[in-house]
Amino acid sequence: MRADRPADRLDPEFRALPLAALADAALSRAVALGAQHADLRVERVVSQSIDLRDGTVTGVSDTTTVGLAVRVIVDGVWGFASHVELTPERAAATAERAVAVARTLAPVAIERVERASEPVYADAVWVSAYDIDPFTVPTREKVELLGEWSQRLLAADGVDHVRAGLAEVRENKFYADTSGTSTTQQRVRIEPGFTATTVDRAAGAFETMSSLAPPAGRGWEYVTGTGWDWDGELAQLPELLAEKAKAPSVESGAYDLVIDPTNLWLTIHESVGHATEYDRAIGYEAAYAGTSFATPDLLGTLRYGSEHMHVTGDRTVPHGLSTIGYDDDGVATTEWDLVRDGVLVGYQLDRTFAPRLGLVRSNGCAFADSPHHVPIQRMANVSLQPDPVRDTTTEELIAGIDRGIYVVGDKSWSIDMQRYNFQFTGQRFFRIEGGRLAGQLRDVAYQATTTDFWGALDAVGGPSTWLLHGAMNCGKAQPGQVAAVSHGSPSARFRGINVLNTQEEGL
Amino acid sequence: MNAPVGGSLAVLRPQDVVERTLAAATHLHGCAVIVRETSEAVLRWANSTMTTNGHTTSGQVTVVAFVAVEGGIAAGVVSSSVAVTAAAQLEDLVRAAESAARDAGPARDATPLLHPTGDDPSWSEPAAETSIRVFGRFAGDLAEVLAGPNRHYGFASHEVTTVWLGTSTGIRRRWVQPTGSVELNAKTPDLQGSAWTGASTADFSDVDVMALASEAGRRLEWGGRRVSLDPGRYDTLLSPSSVSDLLIYLIWSMDGRPAQEGRSAFSGPNGPRVGERLTDLPLTLASDPGAPGLGYETFLTVTGSGEGISVFDNGAPTRRVERVSSGTIGELTYSRAEAAEFGTRFTPPGDNLILTGGSGESIEDMVARTERGLLLTCLWYIREVDPVTLLLTGLTRDGVYLVDGGEVVAEIDHNFRFNYSPLDVLRRTTEVGATERTLPREWKDWFTRTAMPPVRVPEFNMSSVSLGR
Repeated sequence: MRADRPADRLDPEFRALPLAALADAALSRAVALGAQHADLRVERVVSQSIDLRDGTVTGVSDTTTVGLAVRVIVDGVWGFASHVELTPERAAATAERAVAVARTLAPVAIERVERASEPVYADAVWVSAYDIDPFTVPTREKVELLGEWSQRLLAADGVDHVRAGLAEVRENKFYADTSGTSTTQQRVRIEPGFTATTVDRAAGAFETMSSLAPPAGRGWEYVTGTGWDWDGELAQLPELLAEKAKAPSVESGAYDLVIDPTNLWLTIHESVGHATEYDRAIGYEAAYAGTSFATPDLLGTLRYGSEHMHVTGDRTVPHGLSTIGYDDDGVATTEWDLVRDGVLVGYQLDRTFAPRLGLVRSNGCAFADSPHHVPIQRMANVSLQPDPVRDTTTEELIAGIDRGIYVVGDKSWSIDMQRYNFQFTGQRFFRIEGGRLAGQLRDVAYQATTTDFWGALDAVGGPSTWLLHGAMNCGKAQPGQVAAVSHGSPSARFRGINVLNTQEEGL
Repeated sequence: MNAPVGGSLAVLRPQDVVERTLAAATHLHGCAVIVRETSEAVLRWANSTMTTNGHTTSGQVTVVAFVAVEGGIAAGVVSSSVAVTAAAQLEDLVRAAESAARDAGPARDATPLLHPTGDDPSWSEPAAETSIRVFGRFAGDLAEVLAGPNRHYGFASHEVTTVWLGTSTGIRRRWVQPTGSVELNAKTPDLQGSAWTGASTADFSDVDVMALASEAGRRLEWGGRRVSLDPGRYDTLLSPSSVSDLLIYLIWSMDGRPAQEGRSAFSGPNGPRVGERLTDLPLTLASDPGAPGLGYETFLTVTGSGEGISVFDNGAPTRRVERVSSGTIGELTYSRAEAAEFGTRFTPPGDNLILTGGSGESIEDMVARTERGLLLTCLWYIREVDPVTLLLTGLTRDGVYLVDGGEVVAEIDHNFRFNYSPLDVLRRTTEVGATERTLPREWKDWFTRTAMPPVRVPEFNMSSVSLGR
């Protein structure tokens, strides 16, 4: 259970590493060789995945990644190097390599690095909000729980196959730089899930339905019922699946939609989260992840959506997957506006990007997914805010629609490289007739252009509809880096959105 | 797992890691040890200036413990990137893997471990390495390209992975896998025009960056005239890169178990749809570890079981697998245990993909015979919409061109979102050109070794307009 001081909760194996000696060796060597700035990261990331098919384990896998990374600025040019050996000698040698990289690149680097300043945080410790470290729970207990979930689903009529799984990560980061900041951090995240499949061999058809549960910055307590009603969902799923398998195919056309946070989080991620990454907006990802239609020259004027659209970035929300105390630039994390009253007003930044926007401080979005990768600007928790005045319910949003669809759960997603055109499917689609739900529909996909879609937002639900969802596996950069990020959202209503029939699309 | 350097504790050789781990696991039913060392050199550029370049080395030890438990044999897997400087670390890994196996319980894919079929003469050799020098001539030419009038963005990567596999049954195998690619994205100075070219390579000796840049430049010139087009169904020429991205997703969907269990696009009312004819064209889609220049591991190294793949199959030989044979649906993927369960042949996944059976025509020849249609450069953000039909969605990227009267007459000034099944690409293609080595744009991080022809698909479904450029 939770101890009083964060330092007491740090993994003893990580705390036992010679962190101060590594920092001293790396930073002093870098300075001696002429670096104006140097930072050292030491990381230890442990992860576990457990997968079951039809109640039987198909894989249990444990992975540990460790290493140290030294980043330097020499005459305005970055250098980076990493190593797996955690010895002071190796830390110093890695600093030498980083300096050599900076000197080698100097002739071809056109830009000189300028960084926003940041207060010094000496010996800071930060630990994420969780009760039970999942790595202290015996694997057998996890397997038994997933097996029991599987059996409950398999016992239901119409469920032919079940997949269940669990992924857990515990991430330790130590950071020290030549300005005097030194942070030691620990965070835990977990993603349980299950999918049931029903097969109709005669018709040559099958249908699946997955849990709506988000991955969360929580511990084992999440799996046993804190923050999600697993029993309730396991009990409901087979019936919902059976109903979906028999549901009529949607008629394509324009519909009013109420989108549940279990689906809308992913649309926020793709159409707002990535579009407000500053490095994308200025072309750093042009050949790979892409750019953004929301370019810096439009800051303060771009009409992103309706006046109901208030989107924030943060790395501070409890249980958020991107939440952390200090980023990989040594910046204390915060919360800020990205879209306010429907207008683009902010970006996600690191210390090199903040000055380019004329800002004196970074908002703390530097992140590297491994000790062997360079920190880049990665996504904060990007969240749509609920109605601040009235706690409008999802039912009330639905009641305002004559003919429409209530969209629940995420499934398939795709968006273009400038974040304009997207298409999403979902887990469950309920027909809305005369303000009430009227059974499920099949074969639904919604497709829109980002600004049209958010412009069609005509109401957001209140705080009681708000849910923090997210993903463990957001990809960016070359070589690729993976990050976990959360997105909070209320239920929200959109008018006149183009709905496709995916059967017709495939004809 | 870097080479030992004076002043640090000595890091064990990979072969010693294997032997000492197996020595610590003799009390188990069995054990497999996989040591993987990767050396990677990368160049990245944006706005015509280099951004992040580097050379990294990394390594991982994976221990698979096979443990006799009540009801059968269990498997547990533990991986670590911690530098191995003492045998005690390996004993810890064996203990952890054994514990994971006991907690997992009897494995459904349990099957007797394989035995060696001969000696691997390369076993005792060290890790192969690459370095930033692999880009020698390429980097010089690239500097010239970056100095040109267009704005350039791109990435070149050369990765060499050496893997050692040792098992308690005596298998000792080593494999060196080189993987290289370059992507070159050229934009007009006003950023309104964008073109892409790419190549996959084993060693960069065959990459001509000047030619890639010249082709991108030619495509930017096609943008001298721009037109808009409504969404709809168009006679479409898919580039080899576009074909590769669609067909990679197809083979990823060709696991045998889902097809047997009725939950796959390859399920039929009476079982898997193997043998069903897709096209009268004599098209064959195959993975082949022996394909010249596109080779991959001749034996399996498996660090996790899943559909079609099993940790019990470590060391099993890979082979040529035809996914489509002369126009009919060919082999589905089965682990050895699944093959036994379903009474079929062990069919390992492959790490290259080659489509053959077309004519000798180039895409230029096919353009010349197109009255009116679209020419695609590459595809992006491909995701499955409907697993029953394998309907995929995605977008065109970096160049859609209008062909009229046998020549490219304009660039379309936007992109399209498509919805289409790769099965229908094979069913409905009317013309297939000459097979050439190509780079999949979408799946490149996972799959680079492909050789594909350009194909013509009449009435390819461009579902909507994307304003993205």
